[in-house]
Amino acid sequence: MSQFHQVFFEESFEGLDVMESGLLSLDVGSADAESINTLFRAAHSIKGGSGTFGFTEVSDFTHVMETLLDEMRDGRRQVADGTVRALLESVDCLRDMLGRLKGAEPLDQARIAQTKAVLEAELAGAHSEDRNASNGLPATPEPIGADATDLPGSAWAIAFSPHRHLLKTGNDPVRMFRELAGLGDLKVAVDLRGVPNFFDLDPEECYLSWKLTLTGDVGRDDVAEVFDWVENDCDLAIYPLLKHDSAAVVAEQRQGEAEAVKTIQAAPFQIIPNSAEPTAHEDAKPAAKSAGSIRVDIAKIDHLINMVGELVITQSMLSLVGERFEAGKLDQLRNGLTQLERHTRELQESVMNIRMLPVSFVFSRFPRLVHDLSTKLGKKIELKLIGENTEVDKTVVELLADPLVHLVRNSLDHGIEMPQVRLAAGKPETGTVTLQAYHRGGNIVIEVKDDGQGLDGAKLRAKAVEKGLIGADAALSERQLYDLIFLPGFSTADKLTDISGRGVGMDVVRRNIQALGGNIEIASELGKGSTFAIYLPLTLAILDGQSVAVGDEIYILPLGAIVESLNISEDRVNRVAGKGETFHLRSQYLPIIRLHRIFQVPGAKATKLTDGLLVVVESHGVRCGLFVDDLLGQQQVVIKSLEANYRRIDGVSGATILGDGSVALILDIPGLVALANQ
Amino acid sequence: MSDAAPAVANKAGDIRQFLTFVLGDERYGVDILRVQELRCWEPVSRIPNVPSYEKGVVNLRGAIVPIIDLRERFQLGTGQVGPMTVVVVLQVNVGAAIKIMGVVVDAVSDVVDVEKNAIQSAPHFGTKVSTEFIAGLASVRNEMVMLLDVDRLLKLEGLEDADDGRTP
Repeated sequence: MSQFHQVFFEESFEGLDVMESGLLSLDVGSADAESINTLFRAAHSIKGGSGTFGFTEVSDFTHVMETLLDEMRDGRRQVADGTVRALLESVDCLRDMLGRLKGAEPLDQARIAQTKAVLEAELAGAHSEDRNASNGLPATPEPIGADATDLPGSAWAIAFSPHRHLLKTGNDPVRMFRELAGLGDLKVAVDLRGVPNFFDLDPEECYLSWKLTLTGDVGRDDVAEVFDWVENDCDLAIYPLLKHDSAAVVAEQRQGEAEAVKTIQAAPFQIIPNSAEPTAHEDAKPAAKSAGSIRVDIAKIDHLINMVGELVITQSMLSLVGERFEAGKLDQLRNGLTQLERHTRELQESVMNIRMLPVSFVFSRFPRLVHDLSTKLGKKIELKLIGENTEVDKTVVELLADPLVHLVRNSLDHGIEMPQVRLAAGKPETGTVTLQAYHRGGNIVIEVKDDGQGLDGAKLRAKAVEKGLIGADAALSERQLYDLIFLPGFSTADKLTDISGRGVGMDVVRRNIQALGGNIEIASELGKGSTFAIYLPLTLAILDGQSVAVGDEIYILPLGAIVESLNISEDRVNRVAGKGETFHLRSQYLPIIRLHRIFQVPGAKATKLTDGLLVVVESHGVRCGLFVDDLLGQQQVVIKSLEANYRRIDGVSGATILGDGSVALILDIPGLVALANQ
Repeated sequence: MSDAAPAVANKAGDIRQFLTFVLGDERYGVDILRVQELRCWEPVSRIPNVPSYEKGVVNLRGAIVPIIDLRERFQLGTGQVGPMTVVVVLQVNVGAAIKIMGVVVDAVSDVVDVEKNAIQSAPHFGTKVSTEFIAGLASVRNEMVMLLDVDRLLKLEGLEDADDGRTP
């Protein structure tokens, strides 16, 4: 059962995301039927699933939301600001509930009750006024005249003939009947005529159909709702049985029903987009406990299967060559090996591709964030998302979320000015925050850009001097001034808000990004806005590496960190305090880190600086010279974690396996610098 | 192997199997269920700035696995790698995760059945000899075998706090 739970939770979280984005895009006052339908379907599937799995709190809760949405769908309720807000709150509450259920934690009953009360008040409030007020949107065709709706004390005859595949859609007639039985007095008659003889029977198909009679204080909508989820997977007719009705009337009506039912069926079944839609449920609380599954585009899998097929063919061809080898077949062998190499490479690429997710997984949470925050701050802000389909490694995507949230909050809180200030400055009243992702080289770049007030270099400087972080006469470039905000505890905000203080936590942002092997850069113009650009490696699993030799050992240097490699002449080396060595390179004094020394490599060949090579490396703005014996080849290496079975080692970011099967360590430049400074 | 074992083994649950091996003059045993495989000694890739008993890492079918020299770890002196030197690959539970590590031993002997109630608790020698990683003692053919607690063994290496193990 637990594997179904997993899927249920995953789908429900997706459903919640769909609802959230749907709610945010609803135009208050004039919502289109399709978006309300989407909302309704998402709520309904959560309700159905939670009912099936026995999460009654969730299904009860969703039921209220559903009723509200249903009224909106039928046009009986206007889409009002308050309703949307209440629904958004319910989405949050549901997310919390599901998160807790998933982690087997107790539910927050107080919150549930409160949110439910708000919903119910909303439901009751507009109910009486709007109920019959507007017949506005004929969102779903009503198969029966409204006059029969909600007639108390009525009886309903229901002809329910599921299509054969009904069971495969995950729907269970028994559960639906049970639900009906809960509404009133239910009589069920089953029609077995469709059942084939035993040998033709496919146990996964549904051959039965039913005639049901439901008596009790039930409205038509309540009956229809039970079948809502299967309306495209069955032939359904619901007609009232009134005591004084003659059989003829019923028969006539039935005719009409059949027509109406057909029109329902004609509407194509809408699949809630999921593969293309982002799921942001990583921020659900017990994320740490998640089994970490991944949804992969079918096309990617197909490609992978094709590649494996090709590989198998190549393999059989090679083994044929090998069976009876003679010199004449050398060409064939070579061809085979070339093919093998190509296929292996492609296979590797495709496998890596599976881990790639569009950044929309992260971006999708921002419309809500901006919506909530701008209301709170009283600012008018438009959010633009660009390049959401840019793909990044799953790990990168997940770890990217927090820093980005922080940056966007900062932009909203400190970047964008209040509407009147903006107008006074001759800018449009509505500020714009742009989130953009794109590839550049081997990196993905993610920009958070606002057209707000920009960073005030002079102010930053004054603050830094005041805090004693820099000397009063320190000469800092513009970029260095901006970089001050990354210092721990640095804030220029005149008053701290509960949302953010520019500077508060920026050190954490930078640290998180650097932990991913990335970097963050700031560009800003006073009065015009600022741009925070995050540079990240595309994947954390593969790296362009340069192998270097020290003694008998081989280490891998990230190619991107290498500026140049050179031979050293002794006259350019200076010693600081007799110990630390620096190298004079074009007006810069670079500290020299001797790898054999800090790693205590036995048998290093080059102990004199003139014997080896100095590799100038730069990482996160720190430049230094790494002294090694020799440079070997460049190659792409697959990064393996040392921590999976071992532990973190200073100066080493991971390991890889070389062509001969041996393990080589990948150097971590900031770590090496820290190690050398000890 | 103890001849009496089959006669006594009335209930399978009462018997535990241990892989025994030799370190210097001493015999040790590990729960056979924790042994993933035995491998010949092969050169390792050295890890900088770690205690010398952490020999380094090897590539075990794509996984990076640390190799720990138990003889050095237990301060039984540095032995030479001989033809009988074997790496015992063990599965270790660290929290909810399973980690793999290899330990170098002088030679493996055989698999012994030990009755659960025949396992004596490990004696305490004060602070002089660390016996934390010894789960118990058993007598096999009148020879004492020290049964190792595999999880503790790795814990001693400080591998558990891998995430924040970085020293300032």
